[in-house]
Amino acid sequence: MFAITDAHFVGPDVKRFEVTAPQIARHYQPGQFVIVRVDKGGERIPLTVAGADPDQGSITLFVQGIGKTTCTLNNLETGDSIADVAGPLGKPSDIRTYGTAVVVGGGVGTAIAYPVVRALTEAGNRVVAIVGGRTSEHVLLKDELAGTGADVVICTDDGSQGRPGFVTDALAEIIDSNWVDIIFAAGPVPMMRAVADVTRPKAIETIASLNPIMVDGTGMCGGCRVDVGGKTMFACVDGPEFDAHLVDFDLLARRNQSYADIEAADLAAFSSDCSLDKR
Amino acid sequence: MSAPLTKRERMKLERVAMRERNADERARSFDEVNLGFTAEMAKLEAMRCLECKQPKCIDGCPVGIEIDKFLRLVADGQIGAAAEVIQRDNLLPAICGRVCPQEKQCEGACVLAKKERPIAIGHLERYVADYVRNEGFEYVAETPAPTGKRVAVVGSGPAGLACAGDLIQSGHEVTVYEALHEPGGVLVYGIPQFRLPKEIVSAEIAGLETLGVRFEMNAIVGRTYTLDELLASNDAIFIAVGAGLPRFLEIPGENLIGVYSANEFLTRVNLMKAYLADNDTPVLDIKGKRVVVFGGGNTAMDGARTAQRLGAKKVRVLYRRTEEEMPARREEVRHAREEGVQFDFLVSPTELFGNDGVLTGVALQAMELGEPDESGRRRPQPIAGSVKAIDADLAVVAIGNGPNPLLLATVPDLGRTRWGTIAVDEETGRTSMPGIFAGGDIVTGGATVILAMGAGRTAAASIEDWLTSGEWDTTASASVE
Ligand SMILES: Cc1cc2nc3c(=O)[nH]c(=O)nc-3n(C[C@H](O)[C@H](O)[C@H](O)COP(=O)(O)OP(=O)(O)OC[C@H]3O[C@@H](n4cnc5c(N)ncnc54)[C@H](O)[C@@H]3O)c2cc1C
Ligand SMILES: Cc1cc2nc3c(=O)[nH]c(=O)nc-3n(C[C@H](O)[C@H](O)[C@H](O)COP(=O)(O)OP(=O)(O)OC[C@H]3O[C@@H](n4cnc5c(N)ncnc54)[C@H](O)[C@@H]3O)c2cc1C
Ligand code: SF4
Ligand code: SF4
Ligand code: FES
Repeated sequence: MFAITDAHFVGPDVKRFEVTAPQIARHYQPGQFVIVRVDKGGERIPLTVAGADPDQGSITLFVQGIGKTTCTLNNLETGDSIADVAGPLGKPSDIRTYGTAVVVGGGVGTAIAYPVVRALTEAGNRVVAIVGGRTSEHVLLKDELAGTGADVVICTDDGSQGRPGFVTDALAEIIDSNWVDIIFAAGPVPMMRAVADVTRPKAIETIASLNPIMVDGTGMCGGCRVDVGGKTMFACVDGPEFDAHLVDFDLLARRNQSYADIEAADLAAFSSDCSLDKR
Repeated sequence: MSAPLTKRERMKLERVAMRERNADERARSFDEVNLGFTAEMAKLEAMRCLECKQPKCIDGCPVGIEIDKFLRLVADGQIGAAAEVIQRDNLLPAICGRVCPQEKQCEGACVLAKKERPIAIGHLERYVADYVRNEGFEYVAETPAPTGKRVAVVGSGPAGLACAGDLIQSGHEVTVYEALHEPGGVLVYGIPQFRLPKEIVSAEIAGLETLGVRFEMNAIVGRTYTLDELLASNDAIFIAVGAGLPRFLEIPGENLIGVYSANEFLTRVNLMKAYLADNDTPVLDIKGKRVVVFGGGNTAMDGARTAQRLGAKKVRVLYRRTEEEMPARREEVRHAREEGVQFDFLVSPTELFGNDGVLTGVALQAMELGEPDESGRRRPQPIAGSVKAIDADLAVVAIGNGPNPLLLATVPDLGRTRWGTIAVDEETGRTSMPGIFAGGDIVTGGATVILAMGAGRTAAASIEDWLTSGEWDTTASASVE
């Protein structure tokens, strides 16, 4: 069992967890994730590690409640525990001194992008973090991002904070008027696809953190396979970060819907007070 | 007691048939298919043994169980004593009795195999193991004096379990590190409930825990622990991570929804128990659907029979050679057929096609057998111009597994073979790195439970040598190519 030492909501349906997992904290590198099974009978789901404290032996997770498993998890409180946490999995992000880097995060993707922002600034890059959400409330980790020293650009659909409009509009403007060496994107599939479309004409290296459905997370099942440049890759061991210009996003979007009917029925049968914020 | 039968009389007796659940009933149920022998059946079957002076059956068993001895004890009704004989060579008899390919091993070598009625050694081994487990027979191992030595076992499949079992009985401290949340390897995630009930696997594992073996789940060596970390805190390491990397067909359409590797399909159903209502992991709904399975091994049979049980309308196994060459256990092929699985031989898929990203069918190329290849099996080759398409809503790819690269990628210095498996000295299980041993599927490629177990025991014996002598004789370790 893995103890939850702190749990609190940081957005309408996003909860932040501190979980005791000393071995994972010791080996974690930005870009990696864990596989979590909330309880006996539960499914195994991937969650990005947003940070780790090797001294405290703890890791930080941000969870957006979108289905039965994430909602069950978000019902847990400080003092509860999680049955299984395995990791750190996946290849770490390729953190180097690129020069200028733009990191784009949408929704819970901001949590995935946050450790990358921190690592890139620590590596001496000039970093712009573009983060979006539907309303001001839906923009995660504003203070944390600002604390890294990155320039933070906030975009909201309703204009309640920062620029009104999509993260990709802000991105297009930035790359039009600035030299950018690399772009990292994490968030919903349509957002990552749109980022790739914006940067492709300028041939700026763009990395997307993919989020296919996973089971084991160790390369054993092949359920997480994605198509990158016509080659089949296992996102859990070959990724989760890939060259966004080569990713078949249609395939990823479709495969993520494989169990949509079953999952919807599961969630309906599972009564919870977890708000379901479909974007 | 009546007078013992003469050899001639015994040779006339028929092989006692296993009781099985009726095919119609079991084709829709995950309950175990084989129902076991009764005491009378076991006695009758064991009595048929001719007690050969040089029992050929033993040569056929990879771990050399003293089969003639245990059969004699079963015939005499001394089941506890029979169990002790088996336990000397095999720590997982309830499992091996169920899943060994007996027709190629012990039973294939039995002198009575010529008359097509070899002693049902597997069924009897299972009987003995089940009997002692159900009767709560305590297997009292003497508590060994602690040696103060520590060994880490990586992977909890049959190789890891067998190695841990031997080492703990020599007084070493043993911890098994397992990547998944449950121990057992293929025994829990691959082989289905209806063939090997999971309660049996957990009972055997509980037995090891009673002896003092520690199990640490969710421990992915190479990630959660580095091999160096384990080396620093242990006196030896046994790597038994299996052949867990699924091979795909590498044809168009392979990533359509509805195309599963056998590993994924079976893991969803077995390990994650997707067939039970109160478990969350989903599996695609195949009630009333058409399922195709590619391959001819045990994995393919398990995939096909699992699909049948999930309510498929029609399940077809598509194999590129003929029935003769199928590597699956004979019993599984027969069971699958009785349950309604259809077999198509000499066909190979060339394309999977779909509608809106969802699988709808497969194109099949007709094959014929040509000259034998290196493995001695006749090589299938396409018959020009002969391609047909069939409908399919779900495809299960069961064409084999490669070595899982996750751990190996973190230890570039560990010697491998040209197949990417770990290179070891066969006699000792020693790798190219002092203190590190390996065995099971990660060394041989996908093989069998009993071979993996045997490798675990070989390694345990040579770990014992290393722990007492402290000498790493380079001639008895893997030579790196
Ligand atoms: C490498 C990786 C890192 C991730 N990191 C995080 C994270 O830090 N925080 C977080 O909240 N989520 C993260 N996710 C997504 C998270 O794993 C899914 O939201 C979760 O598995 C959904 O489970 P559920 O039972 O709650 O929802 P389900 O009921 O399974 O799904 C609800 C809906 O979402 C779709 N869906 C299912 N799985 C995924 C998926 N993997 N990605 C997108 N949509 C999916 C389903 O088709 C369905 O329509 C990550 C995914 C990956 C692969
Ligand atoms: C579906 C199926 C059916 C089969 N049917 C039969 C049969 O009827 N009869 C028969 O004799 N054989 C059968 N086999 C083959 C047999 O199961 C294998 O040969 C045997 O299990 C190999 O044992 P092993 O201990 O080497 O590895 P495995 O059983 O594969 O166990 C390896 C374990 O190591 C774990 N692991 C992997 N990487 C790491 C890591 N980095 N850190 C920690 N742990 C790790 C894995 O999660 C796994 O639990 C079948 C195989 C399959 C797939
Ligand atoms: S372990 Fe397997 S091969 Fe050996 S006697 Fe038992 S069933 Fe036969
Ligand atoms: S070879 Fe057959 S008949 Fe002979 S001892 Fe073995 S089981 Fe008995
Ligand atoms: S999740 Fe199973 S191989 Fe990636």
